[in-house]
Amino acid sequence: MSNQNRTIYGGKVNREKPINFVFNGKSYIGYQGDTLASALLANDVHLIGRSFKYHRARGILTAGSEEPNAIVQLGLGARTEPNIRATEVELYEGLEASSQNCWPSVNFDIGAMNNFLSRIFPAGFYYKTFKWPPSMWLFYEHFIRKAAGLGQSPTAKNPDRYEQKFYYTDITIVGGGISGLLAALGAGRSGCKVLLIDENPELGGYLLDYNFSINEKDGKKWLKKIIDELNGLANVVILKRTTAMGYYDYNYLTALEKVTNHHVEFSSTLPRERYWRIRSKKVILAQGAFERPLVFADNDRPGIMMASAGQKYLSRYGVLPGKSVVLFTNNDHAYLTAFEFVEKGAKVTVVDTRDLLNARISEKCKSLNITVFKSYSVIKTYGDKKVNRIEIQQVDKNQNQLTGEVDNIHTDCVLMSGGWNPAVQLFSQSRGKLKYDLKINTFVPDKIIENQKIIGSNNGQFNLQENLNESFEAGIAAANELNFNSVEKVNWTGKEEIEFTHSDVEPYMLGKKKVTKGSKHFIDFQNDVTAADIFLAQREGYISVEHTKRYTTTGMGTDQGKTSNVNALALMSHIHNKPVDEIGHTTFRPPYAPQTIGAIAGRSVDKLFDPERKTSMHEWHVENKAVFEDVGQWKRPYYFPQNKEDIHQAVKRECLAVRNSLGILDASTLGKIDLQGPDAAKFLNMIYTNAWSKLEIGSCRYGLMCNEHGMIFDDGVTSRLGENHYHMTTTTGGAARVMSWLEEFLQTEWLDMKVFCTSVTEQWAVLSISGPNSREFLKDLTNIDLSKEKFPFMKFREGEVCGVKARVFRISFTGELSYEVNVPARYGRYVWEKFMEHGKKYNITPYGTETMHVLRAEKGFIIVGQDTDGSVTPSDMNMDWIVSKKKEDFLGKRSFTRPDTARHDRKKFVGLLVNDKKTILPEGSHIVEKALKQPPMKMLGHVTSSYYSPTLGYPIALAMLKDGFSKMGEQVVVPLMNGKIIEATVTDTIFYDKEGKRNNE
Amino acid sequence: MFIINCPYCGERDQTEFTCHGEAHIARPDNPSEISDEEWGKYLFFRENPKGTHFERWTHDHGCRRWFNVMRDTVTDQIIKTYKMGEAKPVISNE
Repeated sequence: MSNQNRTIYGGKVNREKPINFVFNGKSYIGYQGDTLASALLANDVHLIGRSFKYHRARGILTAGSEEPNAIVQLGLGARTEPNIRATEVELYEGLEASSQNCWPSVNFDIGAMNNFLSRIFPAGFYYKTFKWPPSMWLFYEHFIRKAAGLGQSPTAKNPDRYEQKFYYTDITIVGGGISGLLAALGAGRSGCKVLLIDENPELGGYLLDYNFSINEKDGKKWLKKIIDELNGLANVVILKRTTAMGYYDYNYLTALEKVTNHHVEFSSTLPRERYWRIRSKKVILAQGAFERPLVFADNDRPGIMMASAGQKYLSRYGVLPGKSVVLFTNNDHAYLTAFEFVEKGAKVTVVDTRDLLNARISEKCKSLNITVFKSYSVIKTYGDKKVNRIEIQQVDKNQNQLTGEVDNIHTDCVLMSGGWNPAVQLFSQSRGKLKYDLKINTFVPDKIIENQKIIGSNNGQFNLQENLNESFEAGIAAANELNFNSVEKVNWTGKEEIEFTHSDVEPYMLGKKKVTKGSKHFIDFQNDVTAADIFLAQREGYISVEHTKRYTTTGMGTDQGKTSNVNALALMSHIHNKPVDEIGHTTFRPPYAPQTIGAIAGRSVDKLFDPERKTSMHEWHVENKAVFEDVGQWKRPYYFPQNKEDIHQAVKRECLAVRNSLGILDASTLGKIDLQGPDAAKFLNMIYTNAWSKLEIGSCRYGLMCNEHGMIFDDGVTSRLGENHYHMTTTTGGAARVMSWLEEFLQTEWLDMKVFCTSVTEQWAVLSISGPNSREFLKDLTNIDLSKEKFPFMKFREGEVCGVKARVFRISFTGELSYEVNVPARYGRYVWEKFMEHGKKYNITPYGTETMHVLRAEKGFIIVGQDTDGSVTPSDMNMDWIVSKKKEDFLGKRSFTRPDTARHDRKKFVGLLVNDKKTILPEGSHIVEKALKQPPMKMLGHVTSSYYSPTLGYPIALAMLKDGFSKMGEQVVVPLMNGKIIEATVTDTIFYDKEGKRNNE
Repeated sequence: MFIINCPYCGERDQTEFTCHGEAHIARPDNPSEISDEEWGKYLFFRENPKGTHFERWTHDHGCRRWFNVMRDTVTDQIIKTYKMGEAKPVISNE
């Protein structure tokens, strides 16, 4: 039989539109308008899953986003999502869901034995049991995670698209219940830009489920008119199915919009979810409240749910969750649900903890044949996979204990209502302070920090009449404060059959005196935290709320304690005999509800995760099978393998080509900064360690930059192009940092200096040709006189190369005769191809960064960031020759004479040659005083660069070695990870062409 | 997440900016003449107050200009932003 619990009429589901869905492999039929939870209840499915720790049978507790129990695995394959609240999932054709945390099935779950072993699983069980030895935790963890699992993550890549939206508005209103709607109307009529966010598919909130009247007419019609008017206002944007997740400083909100989650087919044009980042001048919180469970023994069985949830299933979805219903309450308002259930054909019994009852309610109960047990409490429940019987007993308020006979009631559904808690999560995230309200026994907003209002039941105000007018006026006032014109106030008269009143919510009470024995009084349903666990935590000294929370894990599930927090705090207050205010509350943090990581990432995934920078020759490199290396965001050719060469063979070939004939490197990624202004030379004198005043036009000079600590932080060649015009180069990775460094001093320290800095890295393509044949090669392609006399080393010339206007720098990073040809970036590939064609007779060989590294290491040229690490001075690098003694001041100079910087036994830059002439020391290897069998060993330094040198035919290394300059020719030992100990000789850092003849040719 | 009023561009989201620590620490005019202690003070010592703090920020993803921000570290409210070279505002005791 299908839909056996569905009422014949009533509710908003469309009985003409059946929807097929599958739960735990079995097919069911629901209707359009159902949630997964309502459709399951309609089909008399109450057992939805197993609890986290004890694997107890669990059903559906609520009808909204606060649901702790009915969490399911939704969807299949790459789109499967764990821990989805069945109460929020809109039913769609073909939906597939299954229970979590049970094996082999939800009906027969082996883990359920934990329930019978619960005495050995108290709070803190894992901390106590699996603490020692520490090394075993990783072993234990594997089994614990398996046993205490939630859902399964998908293993395949999510195929869906997620979008992000940045949004700016005057007023954002969170919550589309009556308060939010009227605030939106007030602000909307005033003309300001309003964003209204609600997590449900339909606006109206609480009032969709209860009967009420406005001005003595049907309230539902009035509500529709309000929503219609809002939909018609151009300045009001309404987001449904959107949950506000985070509330940060300066009214910055994040919200997750479910765009196509509820669609049958995934859309090719729409994203699955959209992540909103919202800035608003004002925020109005109108999120409403959550109904609070009552705490009694075995209050977690399927069939036990919140009274408001029962009301919603019945009135909105036309589902009668039980025929023989018990309402357990401590307040008047829940009686509305009892009346509704009787009207739809159920038999209802009420258990009320209070001894006095409103006469009107008493009379109505009598007329509807509702038995009311006054001053009674439910003390225990029975039923394997669904509640079938409860025990009740009289409460003696004065003695705070139970007395008299235990009565039995047979039932198939227990509705409970322990009062209401304002949903203060977002308010609290915005650093708003809470206070405990003794009249309604819950935390309510107290002090507001942001430019914000909080209204309606969200603010602890539950009276419909008062909410109507106050909410509307709050909207007007908010607009007014933003200088929009006032609109006319309206007076509505709203009435519910039973009003919320402040006095009729009884304080929290404990169903049974001895909570520590036998049965379980659940506080946190999702994390299986019982009243006994809270008692235990207090006994063991975890008295602060934050400690109790972590020790017992109450409030730490995917529901973040929306139904449990206040009860846990009230119980602590009871145990310590202190007001709840003094117990305090834990901190609420974003997100408000679980959210997909995909939405946070948005489109910033795959290729869009981080920008890739490519030179204008990049495609040529790709076509010629370059292997690439990431240098910052740049893609640089690492080496160009030919005929199945490996990296070593390719690098050897490339190195020898440069040394013997001609190589070409794409050096476009080098940072380039154009400096102009009358104070440029003065500025360079401050930035670099060496002197720049006498550099002639057309000349180049190498420079080191230090920070104020005297430590090297970048290097490069700067050339003087004109009277007041310089071209600076930086390391590839340091370009942005250097640019900021220059700007920092120009803008904050030397405001009077007239210098402009412009990044021109991407304006120039740089083709660096190097090798003994480079002059011969280039002279056919340019009108520049390349003769040694006219264009010597460290000079710069302008002219045409391959018919393109070019800047040519005669500088060298390989130690060979070299020219760095700069052409406008758009000609980069054109000139490159011309070079390759013309270079054939010299066997021109393109080389990558690895060959560049080897060649420069053979010459002992440093790479900042590889040979230096931010803790070395020019003196440490044996580069005193580049530090001006004459200049009064430059950045870093003063720090050279600080005692620690001037120390002689600092690590110094040296060369290392292994004695066996074949071991290539791994970079980062430690040089030790004496090699021992195992660490610790006294460290003397470390290897910074290490390569096989094809030119020399043996390995070379560069290293930082303590007091290295005085150790030339000495032996050192380098223990390797594999246990071998390598002996090496300390040398200077130049391994090839020590006199530097080759680049001067 | 702040909204920062760049003195050159107006109000922009914090994601466009970078903070560079305490402001109004002038580089000594005569580094070679001052003691290690004085130089150390310039290099290493910062206020870190609970309350009003003066900071340097740059509008990196905007005008790339440096400017100063006066911010309360307790409430995280930005009290004032002002251009480099302008005088340090006086902290009022309100």
